Order: sequence, then structure tokens, then C-alpha cells
Amino acid sequence: MILADLWVAENIAFGLIALMMVVAAIRVVTTRNIVHAALYLVLVLAGVAAQYILLAAEFVAITQVLVYIGAVVVLFLFGIMLTRAPMGKMDDTDNEQRLVGLAIAVVLLGVMGYVLWKAFGKKQFEDLAVQTTAQVGNSIFQQYLMPFEVVSVVLLAALLGAIVLARRD
Amino acid sequence: MLLNQFLFLGAVLFCIGVYGVLARRNGVMVLMSVELILNAVNINLVAFGAYLHSITGQVFALFVIAVAAAEVGVGLALVLMLYRNRRTIDVDDVDLMKG
Repeated sequence: MILADLWVAENIAFGLIALMMVVAAIRVVTTRNIVHAALYLVLVLAGVAAQYILLAAEFVAITQVLVYIGAVVVLFLFGIMLTRAPMGKMDDTDNEQRLVGLAIAVVLLGVMGYVLWKAFGKKQFEDLAVQTTAQVGNSIFQQYLMPFEVVSVVLLAALLGAIVLARRD
Repeated sequence: MLLNQFLFLGAVLFCIGVYGVLARRNGVMVLMSVELILNAVNINLVAFGAYLHSITGQVFALFVIAVAAAEVGVGLALVLMLYRNRRTIDVDDVDLMKG
């Protein structure tokens, strides 16, 4: 019975997208070609946007596509070009801590998985109400106006700092 | 849909990102792994927002996206400075302050 409930279209979509995201994320951290790593990152970010759509968060999904896939990945590709990284395979992309790193990641996953399973078990989403862009806008400009302004100042300061750091003089 | 399926996906992405930060040498690749971690956090925020019928999760996900954009801008500028001064972006070579 519970299996029949779970086997609906959105779960199938979730499973396929999640599988693609995990495979692409593993390729991001294991591939020896840095340009391929950036392009696999696009797959992960697009998968995250698709998961937001599944969670009925339309505005965040569109922002994810615009900001991450549109801007951040292009910034990464510029960084790769400007540091003259070799375009083909590199020999020494990983350091000698990779086994320790793998052990830490696996232990962390085990602990987090156990805690999540203990805490939330089989809790279901009741009914996913679509939260419209208007609601998000009202919330940002009423309840969270002050944090929004702070984030704006942070963004301005960061971009000025980036220009000052990267400028040739 | 279960709440946990999104939380587990976030946990898996987070751990892959942690592995990348620890194991990668190239500064740009380390920044990409940090992006994986931030996206895992965002999935959790939006999932809890949908579960609790609260808009706050989405608003904070947007804040995290903005801060992540700032982080990438400053991070890549730092990597660029590193390349200009040392002709390498291998983060393991930057050990001037190591005792």
C-alpha cells in the first residue's frame, strides 16, 4: 500500500533527476579535466532548479537558472581561462589527503543520514501549495526588508572588493 | 513525496562537496565544491519551507544564492591574485603561514 502511494509521477521524476545530480556531482569532484568539472556543475545546478520546481518554488527555480547557470558558471569559466589552466587532462588535480577526505565524507553522510531518518522518518508533504512570486516579493519587502538591504550591501561590497583585488595597477 | 528524500539528496550533495573541498588542489575546483555545498543547503531550505507551508525557506534560499554569487566573485578574484603573484593556483602550495 505504502509502495503504491510512493510510486507516483513526481517520485519517478525526483529519482531520475536526483540520480543525474549525484552522478554529475561525483564527476565534478573526480574528473581530471577542469573544464569538464565546470560543465558537470551545470548539470547539478540545473537538477537543483528542477527539484525546486518539484517543490513548487517557481521563483527560486528561475533565480537558480539565471544566477547560477547564467552567471556563476560563466565566472568559473573565466577564472579557468584567466589562470591558464591546461584545457586537457591534468595529472595532479587531487592531493594526498583524498583517502582521508573520502573517509570524512562517508562518515559525515552516515551520521547525517541516521539523524535525518531518526528525526523525519516517513513524514510526507501534505499538499504542496504553489508559493507564487508575488508572495515571495511581499515577504522580502515586508518581513525581511532589513536582511534584504544588508544582502544588497554585502553584494556591493563583494563586487567592489573583487574589482579592487583583480585590477592590474 | 517524502520530506526525507529531499533531505537525503541534500546530505549526499553536501558530503560530495566536502570531499571536493578536502581533496582538490586547484583553487577553482575548490570553489566549485563550495558551490555544491551551498546548493545542498538551499535544497534543505526550500524543502522545509514547502513542508511547513512557510515562505521563509524560499526567501532565505534567495539570500543564500545572493551571498554565493558574492563569494564566487571574491573567491575568483583571490585565485586570480594568487596566480599573478605565485604563477600557481595550487592551494596546497600556499603554506606561507604554516608553522
